[in-house]
This record gives sequence, structure tokens and C-alpha cells, in this order.
Amino acid sequence: MNTRVSGSENASSQILPDIIRPYGDTTGDGMVQVSFTLPIPHDKRAEGAALQLAAKMGLAPALLVHAKAMGSDFTFFIVYGSVSHLVDLREVVVIEREFAMLSAKDVNTAIKKVLRRKLVVVGACIGNDAHTVGIDAILNIKGFAGEKGLEYYSEIRVVNCGAQVLVPELVARARAEKADAVLVSQVVTQKDRHIHNTTTMSAAFREAYPAGKVPLLIVGGPRFEQGSEAVLGVDRIFGKGTTPGEVASYLVHAIGVDAALSVT
Amino acid sequence: MSAVIPDSPARPKLELDPRVIRKARALARKAGAPVVKIAKTHTTVSVERAVLRLAGLSGADHEGEPWVNHLVDAVREEVGLELGVTTPVFDALRRGEAPDLLTLAQKAAAGSVSFRLPQGRDGIAAQKLALRSVKPGMARIDKNRVTRDRLIKRHGNPRQRPWIYLIVATGDIYEDIPQAQTAAREGADIIAVIRSTGQSLLDFVPEGATREGYAGTYATQENFRLMRAALDDVSKELGRYIRLVNYASGLCMPEIATLAGLERLDMMLNDSMYGILFRDINPIRTFVDQRFSRQIHARAGIIINTGEDNYLTTADAVDAAHTVTVSQLMNEYFAKEAGLEDWQLGLGHAFEISPDIPDSFRMELAQALLARQLFPKAPLKWMPPTKHMTGDIFRGYLLDGFFNLAGAMTSQDILLVGMMTEAVVTPFLSDRDLALQNVRYVLNAAGGLAEDFHPPRDGFIQTRARQVLSEAVDLLDKIVSDTGEPGSVPLLQAISDGTFGLMKRPANAGKGLDGVVRCAPGYDNPATTLLAATRTEGGTGR
Repeated sequence: MNTRVSGSENASSQILPDIIRPYGDTTGDGMVQVSFTLPIPHDKRAEGAALQLAAKMGLAPALLVHAKAMGSDFTFFIVYGSVSHLVDLREVVVIEREFAMLSAKDVNTAIKKVLRRKLVVVGACIGNDAHTVGIDAILNIKGFAGEKGLEYYSEIRVVNCGAQVLVPELVARARAEKADAVLVSQVVTQKDRHIHNTTTMSAAFREAYPAGKVPLLIVGGPRFEQGSEAVLGVDRIFGKGTTPGEVASYLVHAIGVDAALSVT
Repeated sequence: MSAVIPDSPARPKLELDPRVIRKARALARKAGAPVVKIAKTHTTVSVERAVLRLAGLSGADHEGEPWVNHLVDAVREEVGLELGVTTPVFDALRRGEAPDLLTLAQKAAAGSVSFRLPQGRDGIAAQKLALRSVKPGMARIDKNRVTRDRLIKRHGNPRQRPWIYLIVATGDIYEDIPQAQTAAREGADIIAVIRSTGQSLLDFVPEGATREGYAGTYATQENFRLMRAALDDVSKELGRYIRLVNYASGLCMPEIATLAGLERLDMMLNDSMYGILFRDINPIRTFVDQRFSRQIHARAGIIINTGEDNYLTTADAVDAAHTVTVSQLMNEYFAKEAGLEDWQLGLGHAFEISPDIPDSFRMELAQALLARQLFPKAPLKWMPPTKHMTGDIFRGYLLDGFFNLAGAMTSQDILLVGMMTEAVVTPFLSDRDLALQNVRYVLNAAGGLAEDFHPPRDGFIQTRARQVLSEAVDLLDKIVSDTGEPGSVPLLQAISDGTFGLMKRPANAGKGLDGVVRCAPGYDNPATTLLAATRTEGGTGR
């Protein structure tokens, strides 16, 4: 098995493997459990089908520990087994947060220094989406996870357009308010609405603004794929559990970067 | 389920001061009465459209805009709605502008009909015709109520308490139907078809059977009819009347309530303040629409479900516990004022206290018992954890088990089945099956525990319940004394100040405000005339 010596952070110079397998109760046993439903009645054939699927998923040997009929047409299975796949840690790519977390006070100070005016954030749920939970958690003073929302920041001016805002309305509002950043929340993901709505939104902004003048476009929602900013045409994606402080810190980082770029 | 739970198990007792309870109700009345006065002196486009629906106008143009919208808009533009839509509409029919309502609406949409405000004898005759035309719709609602009672008698109510409430929501009514029937076969007593996201903000009711919705299925008259028929079939098969739920909320609350009555839905989500706080719908619009929809529900024998669980999803469930109680008291006041009876008040509350804090389960029991004791005859709706479902489905499954246990111990009536995949994915078929196993196990094992469970005097649970009640009284007191300018309505002022859930909703803002009309002297609404004339004659729905 390939091994390497870990970096300086590990003072004990313990040898950590690059290749690992799941851990059931013994190193290297590869044990996992999965559960799934097959759309067939529960009988011997169904159990065979479940084991076939387990084998194709790389479970060998696989142990069918539970099979239960759900109505006359479906069977639910729980399978334990040793997975034959190996995990190569060297191939794992981690997206690190590219900005430092700042306190509310530092955010306000930074905005004052860089912009010499208030930072304007326009937020909305667009398209059919009426779930304002996400955008409200970030914008409303009440905030989320013990952190106050962006309204709380003295140097940020928040315009919350609410739910089901049409894209042209959002663009118009962003222009009218001279938005530095536009925050869009997309909770509903059925039939990939969130992707569709987001690309429509980013395209509309690029059309409406001269190149290089488009406000920061930020989307948030539980189901956006990390790293898909370029595909969606936005500057930053935030996922589930994002706090207002993270968004504020990112804004300062992004505005700072932009300011630096426009100087050079 | 093998264990047959007695219909009304001995209610566990909290020792609450009856004077405090009386005070709480008196304050709720004091806060609500001025709002009722506003509701009585205003109408909305949706109330007027609901009346036309009762008079038999349905359908939509080729672009999907309902004829009731066309007709109300045309009348409003020409003569206003201050006297109600029916007087000018039935006057136009009397004058021979069109042979029937549908043709009149079509002509109105094309701009080829003129309306007037008939005076004297013409006015009286138009009102008479309007009353006569609305009566068959009301009769159909009455007949549906009788049919429901008969079917309940024939097929029977659920054998256990609480009744088991399951949600289906595929977006496609033809997918929903087999899912709902399967859910009933697996033990669900009540099927809720969640609405498509965003329907609450549509100012019209879509038409026909729909196959595409977002995170839910559109509420339409045809979808109601299809699902009710499918559940009638499965009720017969199972020997148990399966109830159907939908949502009378949002901008079309009065129309959807009316359609529910016309298609024999059994329960409707219908909260007094949810739309204001969580959907930013104008407060006046909401209170006017809500009063009409509740009058319809009262008449139709529909059980309303209120939405107190929502307060706890945005606020801390320990700190904001009393806001649930306040909302329950307000919902009770507004419901009774509109003619609903105790057995129709599915007041809501939820299991949302963080499982990480000590004694969380004891506090849940205190809150659930408090609701039970404040509203002994109401079919309380007990809502599962959502906020603290983290994606750790195994922990979530245990939490749902405790939720079920609390429901059994405190004699809740309607139990919305919690899913371990809450906030993760749309529940799998297997998630629903596992959730129902969870409920069945708990009710089988501990369904009778309500009989044994008596929290000790002045113990933790009793003390906590008293504390929540007293905080609720304090908040109501604060609302009632929240007077801005002279003549302002304290409850509206409180809503505008952000007293509830920190959301500030002024009475002169919010969606649907332009659909609110102040009634002029001589305003006539044949539906409310019929609704007010006949207070329902005692429920047999339970």
C-alpha cells in the first residue's frame, strides 16, 4: 500500500496511507451499508436482484440483512458488504474558502475603507420560488445560526425584494439601487429549476450591464454543485448552512479584490 | 393496528389557573374584534370571485385565465366592487346582456358588455336573482357535508388516535393519486396534497387536471375532484374514511375554500396570520379573505389546520413557545367568530425544540399538554421536527420516534408523520414506509400511556407550561395595548411593528393590497347572506 509522510502539521510524523477503504470494525475491512428499494414484489428473485445490484456496486461479499415488502409492488432492502473500491486521497480535491472570516465590525471597517460608502446588496428569490427562508436568513436582521443578518451591518444597505421576483424586475431594481451585489436564493430544485433560473438571471445581468460593471452575482441554495460558478455565470455559490457572516466576509473579499484590480 | 385506543383517553392534567386562561381568551377577543370589524367592512377580488364560483361560473380562457377573474376585473373597471360583484353582474343578465354567466364573462373579457349599478327595483331584483343563483352552490356544499357524514358512518373513522396524516407531492395529480392510495393502504388516515410552490402568490386559481408543479401539485377544482374520488375508492376498499387536505391560503384563499366545499375536501390548512408573516400578503387582504374562507369551512364541515409550526421554524422553539399559544388563541377567536366549532379547530403546534438542549423532551411535553388543556375539544395537529433534522437520518429517525411518543402521551389528534429525510430529499417510498412503522410501533407500544402520564404538581412540566401560558398572556397584553395613532388597530399595529416572528408587515403594504375594496353602504354579497343566516347545526364529522 502506498504511504506518505504527512506534512508538518502532524508533529508525530505518523505514517498515513494515501489509499484507504471504509472502516466497519477493522482497518481495511471495507464494510459499508446501503439501503434501497426495487420496484418488484418481495420474493426470492427480488432478493437475488438486490444482491446483483450490490455486486455491481462493488460489494463483495454482500450480505442481505433485511428485505421487506412495501405494498405488493415494491421491496425495501438493507445490504451490508465489503466494498471493493479504493479511495485515493491524493485525488481528492477540496475547495477551501478563499476568504477570511471577519467580524461584523471588521466587515464594516473594511467597507468604509474600500468603498467610502455603504455597500448595497439586493436580494430576492426568483422564478417560481416562494421559499424566502434562505434569503431571509442571510438578509433579515434576525439572521441565522446565532449570527445577525446583513441588515445588521451598519455599512451594508439591504434591499430584500422578497419572493417570486421576475428576473427583469430584479435587474431593474439592482440598477435603480446601484447594487454592488445581488443575492439570489433558490430552494426549489424540482426539474432543475434552480439551475435554469440562475442561468437566466446571470445572462440577463450580463446583457443589461456593460462588461465589467455587472454587480457581484451570488446564489444560495441547498442543491447547487460546488465549483459550478462558471457554468451558472455567477461569482459565488453558497450552500446549505451558510451564515450571514460568511456572506459578509465574502462580499468584503470580493469588493476588495475588485477594487485592487481596478487600480492596477 | 392491534391496540384499539379509546376515543378520548383520560386527559393528563396540568394545573393551570383558570383565571389566567380566561384572561388569555379575553385578550385574544380584544385583539381580534377590531380586525373582524375591518373584515366585515371590506371585500376583496378573491371573495367576489368565490361568490361567482358558488353561482356556478368556472373554466378559463385559452391562456388559462379563469372566467371569474375576467368578470370581476371587468365589473371592477367599469363600476367598481364597492357594492359587490353580483349586483351589476346579475343586473346585466336581467337586462339580457348574455344568457348565462359564462357567456357574460366571455363577453366581458372581450369588452362587449356594459355594467351599471342598478337602482331601486332593478337593484333589488338583481340581488334577488344573485341570491337565487348562489343557492345551488351552497346546496352542493351542504350536500357534500351530508355525504361525508354518511361515508364516515359507513366506512368508519380511524381506529386509533392520533389520526395519521401523510403528505404526497409529486407535482402531477396522476402520480399523486396512486401514491395517496398506497399511503392510505399503508395506514394513512389523512392525505395532504402539498401545493406547488408559489401558488399562494398567484391571484387566480389554475384550471383543470395539472401534471406539472414545483415541489407540489396545483390546487385546482379538477385536481380536488380527482383525488377525492380516488380516496373514496380506497376508503371503500379499506373500510375507513380517508380524509383529504389542501391549502386555503395565499391570495385565493376564499376561492380555494369554496372549491374545497364544492368538492368535499375534509380539512384545509387555514391560518389567520401565516400569509401576512411568511408570504408578505397584505394584512387586510388576509383577514378579509380568511373570514370568508372560514365561514365556508364552517358551513362545509371542514376541519381547519392552523400553521403555528411555522413560528418555530424561524424562531427558537423555547424562547418563542408562547407565540404558538398566542397564535392558537387568535386562530381560535377568528375561527369561532366565523362560525367554526371546536371540533373543526385543528390548531397546530410542533416538535421543534433543539434536541441538544437538556430537558428538550420534557419541554415538548409541557407545550403539547398546554395546547391539549387549553383546547380540550379541538383536534390538535401535531407537527414533526423539521428544523433539527440535520441530514443524519438515523438521528432523525429517533427524533421522529420521540415526536410520536410525545404525541401519544399528550393525546394529540392529528399526527403529521415525520420523515427522516426531512430537509434532505423528497421522501423516498421507503422513507414513508419506515416513518409509518415508527408511528405504528409507538402507538402500539405506548398509545395508552396518556392514561398513566400525570406530571407531578409543580414539577418541571407543570411549571414550564404555566410559564409559557403567562408569557402568552403578556404578549397578548402587549399587542392589545400597542396603539399607535388614535383609531389604529392594535393587532395590525403589532404585526406592523414586527411583534410576530420579527417580520414587520404594515397594513398598507404587501401583496394583494390592490385587490382590497372597502364596502359602500348597500354592498351585497349573497354568499355571506346565506353563510350568516345558517350557523351550522352541530358537527358530526368526528
